[in-house]
Amino acid sequence: MKSRIQNTHKECHQTESVSVLRRDTMNNGLVDCVIKTPVSLQIGDTVTDMLRPGVYVTDIVFPNGKPIKVQEISFKNYYSAFLSVRLLRREEGNHEGATSAKWVTCLRNFPLMANPHTEAGSQDYFSVFRQQMLVEPDNVLSVRLILRQPSSAWLNFSIDEIKIYDCTQEDAQRCVPTWLSSLTNAAEPPFLQGLPDPETVSSSIQQMWALTEVMQSNQTTASVGRFDVDGCYDINLLSYT
Amino acid sequence: MMDEETELSFTIAQIVQRLKGTHLHSQLERQAKECLHRPDIKLESLKDDVRNFLKVSGWERKLQNAVYRELHIRPPPGHPAAPPEHTKEPLAYMRKAQASWEKRILKSLNSMCTELGVPLARKRPVPEQRELSNKWNEMGTDEPDLSKFRPVYAPKDFLEVLISLRNPNLDSSEEVSSHSHWGLIQVPLHIRDVPQLREACPELTLTSGQLGIDDHPHVPADLFESEHVRLGKRVLSEQDSAAAQQYSRQGCPTGLRAELWALILNSTNDPEDIMHYEQLKAGVIQHDLLVDNLIYKDVKLTASNDDYYFVFEDFLYQVLLCFSRDTTVLEHFNYNSATPPKSYIQGKTEEDGYAVIYPPNEILMCEILIVPGVVPFHGFSMYVAPLCFLYNEPSRLYGVFREMYVRYFFRLHSISSHPSGIVSLCLQFERLLQTHLPQLFYHLREIGAQPLSIAFKWMVRAFSGYLSTDQLLLLWDRILGFDSLEIVAVLAAAVFAFRAENLMEVTSLASAEAVLADLSTLKVMPLIQIFVFATVI
Repeated sequence: MKSRIQNTHKECHQTESVSVLRRDTMNNGLVDCVIKTPVSLQIGDTVTDMLRPGVYVTDIVFPNGKPIKVQEISFKNYYSAFLSVRLLRREEGNHEGATSAKWVTCLRNFPLMANPHTEAGSQDYFSVFRQQMLVEPDNVLSVRLILRQPSSAWLNFSIDEIKIYDCTQEDAQRCVPTWLSSLTNAAEPPFLQGLPDPETVSSSIQQMWALTEVMQSNQTTASVGRFDVDGCYDINLLSYT
Repeated sequence: MMDEETELSFTIAQIVQRLKGTHLHSQLERQAKECLHRPDIKLESLKDDVRNFLKVSGWERKLQNAVYRELHIRPPPGHPAAPPEHTKEPLAYMRKAQASWEKRILKSLNSMCTELGVPLARKRPVPEQRELSNKWNEMGTDEPDLSKFRPVYAPKDFLEVLISLRNPNLDSSEEVSSHSHWGLIQVPLHIRDVPQLREACPELTLTSGQLGIDDHPHVPADLFESEHVRLGKRVLSEQDSAAAQQYSRQGCPTGLRAELWALILNSTNDPEDIMHYEQLKAGVIQHDLLVDNLIYKDVKLTASNDDYYFVFEDFLYQVLLCFSRDTTVLEHFNYNSATPPKSYIQGKTEEDGYAVIYPPNEILMCEILIVPGVVPFHGFSMYVAPLCFLYNEPSRLYGVFREMYVRYFFRLHSISSHPSGIVSLCLQFERLLQTHLPQLFYHLREIGAQPLSIAFKWMVRAFSGYLSTDQLLLLWDRILGFDSLEIVAVLAAAVFAFRAENLMEVTSLASAEAVLADLSTLKVMPLIQIFVFATVI
């Protein structure tokens, strides 16, 4: 049995990448990854056996070979029930000699679906942050995702859209998700998309105010026509798109 | 998945953003400004004094209620990478089913439009507007020719769609397994069984008092009822939404129910609400829509024929016609898996910015979208009818109905995986029946009377029109109290359990339906209590 598992591991290293992610120019730390094809771990011949696998292992390596400091791993679930994450960390051994690398578990059986037999959580988006990990994800050379789905109800399971972010700030403790800072940040000038500059608008307010004064003094009985377009609300059939 | 702290900050930021600029916000600001004149506000402790004043004068409570309401209706925080449609409905195959169902409805509406030659919308000529304005309070006396119109769809059409829902990733091979499901719904959603219901609804336990049981004439009032009424009056004087919701779990006294429901839903009848209603009414008078005819038809077919509700026919028109023109209902599409139908002003295209949503509500010139399109189906008016017993002012009735719709009723006719959605309710009903009354279920299946085919019409209307009104209102007390429609599924199962003996003897679908045709004599609370707390597990 051990040899069979070793064989599947060999397959893992032979079959190559699925996708390479673009480096984002924004400073959210998205890292280039090479995500290998998931390999199922099952006893018996993978080809002829009728039983579906209950465990998949996906390896992710970083093409530069540079170790990274993981801030966040985000992905979209597809019917996986539990996730374990192992990291290959470079250990600083002797100063002169070779540095060794060691596999450590940073997340063990994290539940993605509350009940493996039912739909809740089956297609949700998840993020795993460094604060949730059992060990410090520093000097990481490779990430291994182990997916488990014990229920026989599902035909397939996997995870998609895997993204790994590293810590870009110097102070790793203060790593705040970018969407939060964009939500609470009021100091930056607003992003105007086709809207006029607030400064020019406020200067023309004075003119507008004078206009309203004029309007108030000359009331008119003409209808404002709020509810029609060119005097009619005449619409076509409903659109299907 | 974010950690709890950031999730909390995000929630707070979202709610603040939503409440900013509301009428309550400006009222609070005005109150804070005016209180500066008071002698007890000192400059040194300005912030605390103002805060204290707002607390004492009841404004803080109003803000609490508003926040509580926002917490109820806001969609669960989505992952930043999740697209908006995923936040509304995470399961892709359900989104697809909802989209194709909507397309069917649109096709039906469009064909009705072309066949009958009736425009989707038209502006009323002035004499017609005047006539309608005069007749506003007695639209029921009108007898327009509605024979050409037919309802867009009936609950049984919707049931067919739900039965055909399939998860492409589900192993539905024929082998018998522990998941054998005898019912019609084939989607493995998470639903609560009796032990979990017991945990979730401890207020319904056999040892705690209930209105609907312990207010029976034979039971001395000081055992439960008078204390409960006293408590209800106290809750109303405190004007606390959350407390009212908790209170409602044991039922609302008839005399206090209207106020309590308005408090739970945070539905006010301030001048601005009345003005909003008047604006909608003006919209009804100015424009005539195809859906108006559908509404007329529905009211005539259902509520007008009902012994309890026919007196409220005029109210129903006043509410439903305005409802189809209300923009604020649009917001619920942010968390409803459905999307409103669109159309284009004749001659213009989307690039010109002339797309409008249908039914329209305040057709704003030029700028795209708009109102929500809630297409009424056969029986839609029954959502409003029971509320007519509680509120006699149209604007108040309207406000409460709208809030109940955007919190609960919309889930009964759209396809989603939400625990209170109709799909989950159907599945829960079937599972409860299969688990606790397997002989009955098997027997009914064998004679070709699938239980869901009988119970579906009850659940889609939340039992409105099937139960007697006082019992229905007791049921809706619990829907509000537990903030969930699950109790509707539980009641449906309990009704089958109650009539199990008779049902075991029937031999055809027609006789099964006959056994379950009349629910008007049922008392809902004993049935629910016995089913949840006295079933042997």
